[in-house]
Formats: sequence, structure tokens, C-alpha cells
Amino acid sequence: MIDIFAKHAGLREAYGALTATSPRNPFEVVIERPVSASVGIIEGRETLLFGTNNYLGLSQSKKAIKAAVETAETMGVGTTGSRIANGTFGLHRKLEARLAEFFRRKHCMVFSTGYQANLGTISALVNKDDILLLDADSHASIYDGAKLSGAQVIRFRHNDPVDLEKRLARLKDHPGAKLIVAEGIYSMTGNVAPLDKFVDIKTRHGAYLMADEAHSFGVMGANGRGVAEVQGCEDGIDFVVGTFSKSLGTVGGYCVTNHDGVDLMRLCSRPYMFTASLPPEIIAATMAALEDMQERPELRTKLQDNAARLHAGLQKAGLKTGEHVSPVVAVTLETVDQAVAFWNALLENGVYVNLSLPPATPDNRPLLRCSVMAAHSPEEIDRAVVVFGEVARHFGL
Amino acid sequence: MTDSVTDISAMIIEKLLANPKVPRDIDGNSKIVEDLAFDSLAVMNFVMEIEDEIDVSVPLDKLADIRTINDLAGCLHALKVAQA
Ligand SMILES: Cc1ncc(COP(=O)(O)O)c(C=O)c1O
Repeated sequence: MIDIFAKHAGLREAYGALTATSPRNPFEVVIERPVSASVGIIEGRETLLFGTNNYLGLSQSKKAIKAAVETAETMGVGTTGSRIANGTFGLHRKLEARLAEFFRRKHCMVFSTGYQANLGTISALVNKDDILLLDADSHASIYDGAKLSGAQVIRFRHNDPVDLEKRLARLKDHPGAKLIVAEGIYSMTGNVAPLDKFVDIKTRHGAYLMADEAHSFGVMGANGRGVAEVQGCEDGIDFVVGTFSKSLGTVGGYCVTNHDGVDLMRLCSRPYMFTASLPPEIIAATMAALEDMQERPELRTKLQDNAARLHAGLQKAGLKTGEHVSPVVAVTLETVDQAVAFWNALLENGVYVNLSLPPATPDNRPLLRCSVMAAHSPEEIDRAVVVFGEVARHFGL
Repeated sequence: MTDSVTDISAMIIEKLLANPKVPRDIDGNSKIVEDLAFDSLAVMNFVMEIEDEIDVSVPLDKLADIRTINDLAGCLHALKVAQA
């Protein structure tokens, strides 16, 4: 009999080597419980959380908690069905209307996760006769959506409008539809996409543009509508996809657009149709978190201040960070061994960040991905910077 | 004029040898993943460099069938001819 797991031999070896040198398994960190948005109990110790996506701290929103509890008590905890069968409650429609209004778009579809929002949107929009142009550093959910769609996939260089345009020019006689996909803020590096430049290009080349604002929704823009709002190019973006699992602190995803054609997506997007819809308490909590976010624009100001503080602090400590000041600050290291040791030392000193290893990182180098929240106090950020500096010195970096 | 498969293959080898980590004894029949120890991301990124050299874009699904340097050269050549 053929060993069905034989194909994982390479992975097993890499994983074995990694866990052999690390005092703890970086993929099995347990947050026993959160104490607040910015502190969690890890290995019995209070630990500063600098590796979440809880940018506005709304996973602990009082308003969202109350909405979830009340809704669970009155409606139960699940829908037990698909959006196109028994899984659409009044609440789902209400959330879609709220989001459409928030983004000033005609239509909104809500999905059960952000991952599925990408899968469901991309796979419904293009098929084998079409072309997808993906930023090379796109999230796995975009690549997976591309695979599911069957469209021809062409990568363009990360954040590079010139390269995108060159590739579109090569396709000028191709008869299929062309869909460009980019993110707002890139999750690993914090890089911000030149969406305004992509809008200009897509207009000239007759292509469509989809932006995944997963990490920028609620985070960027005067109203929190993301990088497109900051760059003043929302009208040029055909489809905006995003998630509730970051700035809103719950779970679920969405796609908003002005194209009326999306109505039929509800009947052909498999990741929308063939899965249970979000439970009512999640929808209620998400709506409350959205309100909380709109009522407290100061959260965004605080977040930007905190982002600048962490970015400047880490740079001053001599660490190699990206150039963009955004709530994601990635410290690049040279070797995996170095990154694993550094990450363990941070955790032992009470600071949790994300350890990101190649091939999940852009240029084959490991990253310590830090993210800030509006909920971090200046003291917490300074403390994290001090620990980073001490660890770096300890390892002679 | 479009370069022949042999020309493209030679150009790929030259590019690869510019990377000190690549074994010195590669030829057109060398397997990209097995002999060069490239992972899927490294293959995609390397193909991006070659694309610029000969001004084509290789759709990702085409990469699935490519094993050797000559396969890659053949694929690029076919795309270039189709584009001309
Ligand atoms: C850019 C991007 N898109 C989509 C997702 C998927 O979102 P979710 O985790 O809510 O499914 C993520 C995060 O995981 C992401 O970083």
C-alpha cells in the first residue's frame, strides 16, 4: 500500500528541524485566555500581545459582547444552513445593508469567513477563459480563489504598477475578461498598495480591479474605508473584499460593489452557497462592532499614533523594518534559526509576536511580524521596544 | 525574431548560474525542483526574472507541467510564438 503521507516527508523534516531547536513549538502557542485586548495569559504569564489582528481592540468591545449575548439568548447560536436555503436571517440582510451603506456601494454579500469571501468572489467572477493578474505577494486565500476559478493566473511584481502595465499590454489581444487583484495593506510586511495607480492602469486597459482590504478596513482612511479611501480612488475599484476578523474583532467576510451583476453571484459562488451562514450572535456582534468603530474615530487616530511609535522605536533599536508606517511592522531577520531563537526570547520576556517563516514570507527571509492595536498604551509599546532591543543585543544583532 | 528553445535554455542556465547556491553542473535536462532545490515560490520568482528577459508572462497553471530547464525553455518559446 502506498503511504498516503509520504508526500509530507519534506514538510516533516523541516518541521522536525524547527521544533528540535526551539524550546517550544511556534505553531502551538496557546493563549489560555485574553485578559484584555492587549494582554493574554501564555504559559501562565501575562504576556503583551503584539501579534494579533485586533487593530481596534474590538474583540473586547462591550457593545459587541452585549449584542452577541442578547442575540444568542433570543435567536440561538446557529443557523444550520446555507445562505440560499434556511441560513439567511433578517440579521444577515441587515448587516449587508449596513456594510453597503458604510462603503457607499449598491451591493454587499456577506461570507462565513474572509478566506471564503476571496474564494467566493474570485471564483464567481472569472473562469478558464479569463485572466487573473495577482500581486505576487497575495494572501493564500487569493491564490486559492484563483485555483478554484480555473482562470489563467499571471503574477505581477509586488506593488509594481509598471510591471502590471507591462503584463496587461502583453494581453491586449486576449479575448477574456481581466481581473486585477491587490490588497490594501499586506499582512506580513505592512506594505501599502498603490491602488490609485492600479485604478489608472485598469481604466486604460479595460480590466476590472478587486482590492482585498482585510487589514485596512477600519484601519485606514478618515472613515475607515481602507487604503482606497486614503488614496481617493474608491470609484475605480470594482470589488472590495474584506473580513470582520481583524478590525471588527469577530469573524466573517464581505464583498461590496456597485456592479449589479453580483446578484447572481449568490447563485454561483460555491464558497457562498455550500457552507453554513454565520451564526446570529456573530452577525449582531459584527454590526455592533461596526457601530462602535464608527462612533469612535479616535480609535483610528490612536492606532496610527501607536503604529508610528512602534515603527520608530524598532528602527531606533537598530532593527530592520519595512518603510511603510502601518499597524503591521515586520522585523526582517536573516536566518530561520536566528528568527526562532529571537521569537522564543521575546515570548520568554513577555512579548508575543508572530513568527513568519519562508515560504510564507515575501523574499525568503523570516519575519517577526508585530502588529499594534489602538488598545496598546504608550508604555506597552515602549516595553515591547525595550525587550526587542535587549534580545537583539543578546544575539549580537 | 524569436529566440530558439536552445537559446532560451542557455539564457536560463546563465541566469541560474548567477546565483551562487545553484550547483555548477546544471544543463537543460536538470530538474528544477529536485536538482536545483527550488521550492514552489522560488520557481515562481525565478520565472518572473526570465519573463522580463523575453517579454512574456507565464500563466501559473503552465508551471505545473514543467520539470526541467528545457521544459521551461519550451514553454517560454511556445508562449513567445503565440504572442508574436
Ligand atoms: C489579506 C487577507 N485576506 C483574507 C484573509 C482571510 O480572512 P479570515 O481570516 O477572516 O478568513 C486574511 C487573513 O487571514 C488576509 O490577511
